Amino acid sequence: MTEKTIIQFDHVAKRFDGEIILRDINFEIERGKFYTLLGPSGCGKTTILRLIAGFLEPSEGTITFDGQLVNKIPPNKRQVNTVFQDYALFPHLNVFENVAFGLRINKLANKEIEPRVKEALHFVNLDGYQNREIAELSGGQKQRVAIARAIVNRPQVLLLDEPLSALDLKLRTAMQVELRQLQRRLGITFIFVTHDQEEALAMSDEIFVLNQGKIEQSGSPRSIYDEPINRFVADFIGESNIIPGTMLRDRVVSFAGKTFDCVDQGFDEMESVEIVIRPEDLELKPQGEGMLQVRVESQLFRGVHYEMIGKDADGNSWMIHSTKSAQIGEAIGLFFEPEAIHVMRHDETEEDFDRRLESYEGADHD
Amino acid sequence: MTKKLTNTYLIPYVLWIGLFVVAPLAMVLYYSFFDIQGHFSFENYVRFFTPIYLRMTVSSIGYACLITFFTLLIAYPTAYLLTKMKNRRLWLMLIILPTWINVLLKAYAFIGLLSTYGPVDTLLALSGIGRKQILFTGFSFVFVSVYLFIPFMILPIYNSLEKLNDSFVEAAYDLGASAWATFRRVIFPLTLEGVKSGVQAVFIPALSLFMLTRLIAGNRVITLGTAIEEHFLVTQDWGMGATIAVFLILAMIVVMALMGKGWLKRW
Repeated sequence: MTEKTIIQFDHVAKRFDGEIILRDINFEIERGKFYTLLGPSGCGKTTILRLIAGFLEPSEGTITFDGQLVNKIPPNKRQVNTVFQDYALFPHLNVFENVAFGLRINKLANKEIEPRVKEALHFVNLDGYQNREIAELSGGQKQRVAIARAIVNRPQVLLLDEPLSALDLKLRTAMQVELRQLQRRLGITFIFVTHDQEEALAMSDEIFVLNQGKIEQSGSPRSIYDEPINRFVADFIGESNIIPGTMLRDRVVSFAGKTFDCVDQGFDEMESVEIVIRPEDLELKPQGEGMLQVRVESQLFRGVHYEMIGKDADGNSWMIHSTKSAQIGEAIGLFFEPEAIHVMRHDETEEDFDRRLESYEGADHD
Repeated sequence: MTKKLTNTYLIPYVLWIGLFVVAPLAMVLYYSFFDIQGHFSFENYVRFFTPIYLRMTVSSIGYACLITFFTLLIAYPTAYLLTKMKNRRLWLMLIILPTWINVLLKAYAFIGLLSTYGPVDTLLALSGIGRKQILFTGFSFVFVSVYLFIPFMILPIYNSLEKLNDSFVEAAYDLGASAWATFRRVIFPLTLEGVKSGVQAVFIPALSLFMLTRLIAGNRVITLGTAIEEHFLVTQDWGMGATIAVFLILAMIVVMALMGKGWLKRW
């Protein structure tokens, strides 16, 4: 634990009526960073948020906040504030009183409350909305009021529970940018819960990918996207071609009946592995060229690119994203760089995975 | 065509309202302008403002307030507890059940319970407090009335608590509010609608209670309801009875206006 650590989970587990929701969760949250808890519904991400907020108590393990054990501290005594999924704005109070709620609870003087509420509303670009009723606001405006109501209390950590899920696509994208900027300006820690991998990749300093109550992988958006630890992460974050293969030796892998150069190391010789190639890393070539030959089975126009499914001689399906189009039934070649191949070991723990990657990446990365 | 059809459907309702609401009200108003000899006069209205009737009015309103207050005091926490229960339907059923029993029967049951040498009196004697006159007091009147009205207060409050989104409560806690502050600033204001419905359902009938005043309060409490009954059935002064009824109706209109939604908006 370092100076920078604000929240620490140590072997935290949570059970409801004997059902395991979280198992052995360990992580540290640093000050001033944007974190995302990412996972499918029911993976336990909201449970983690509620443990941090104080709405739940862990069944096992310890949660520390700023060096203090907070397992049993109720939510009204914690220096965190939450932006709820349904906003939970008080319908009987107007915008000003909603934002001022926390300050009034803390018995601040009126002349102190007013500038702080105005400042908070300014932060979320809602100047002049003080006297509006909640029912008069649009979804995006409610969202902003909910954020203002939370940040006005100057929490050390802001928790956001899928706050953008109710907004339409355009607004959601705009709010992603705004939230990220807001986090930088405020300089406090944001912990953001979402099931939307694009949102997570776009906003976070660090992502925790959760599945069935445990953290599958944590790291920067780049490292998680480029080097997923297993099939679940590769599949959940972005589109992936996951193909069985064999590691012949360091930096040489065989799959789809051929042998390829790659950059991965630290495997046993002839170890059975899974390889990942992102659809956008596959380049269309005329028949006979490239490293693999496939027959195009289907094609969809996706706007920014075409999405094609091709089958190789071994029967593996390949998803290709390309700005070029092909004919269905046409035989084409696929080209990819050795760096585009990512090799995954079966059932590798995150620690082993990180250690292995560091052993050969350390040299060129740091 | 559709308009005509809609009007046809309205006929039973209009007939009902006309025969059983508008006509009786008109008759009450009409009778209030005749004295006991059957002559047209405003004398009844003048008489209403004499000390006897004013005292009765104040006492009526006072008791109705007391009854409503204690009913609310008991019903709100009960309704809140009910929303946290596992077998809500069963508990709700148990609360509603007594309303199916005739008021008169319940009143007689209380006479038995509270009378001298009755179970409660005996219990007091055994506990060393000594025998007390319980029946035929203002206290027993309020006590039994509260008992009778509790279900009518619990139901609307329970419904509004049920509708209350849990995340409002969580948001209040999250923003640092204690349990009491959360209740005062969030839960209570957001369930005010139910409280108002409950107050209406209790206060207005409480204002015109008459049977209980005799059976439980032994005529120690004389409300406007009792006065109306006396005038119609005993003194045969229908005009005065009707006049009191007119004031009672006015009081109800005032209460409904105060508790109505228009009033809530300005809150």
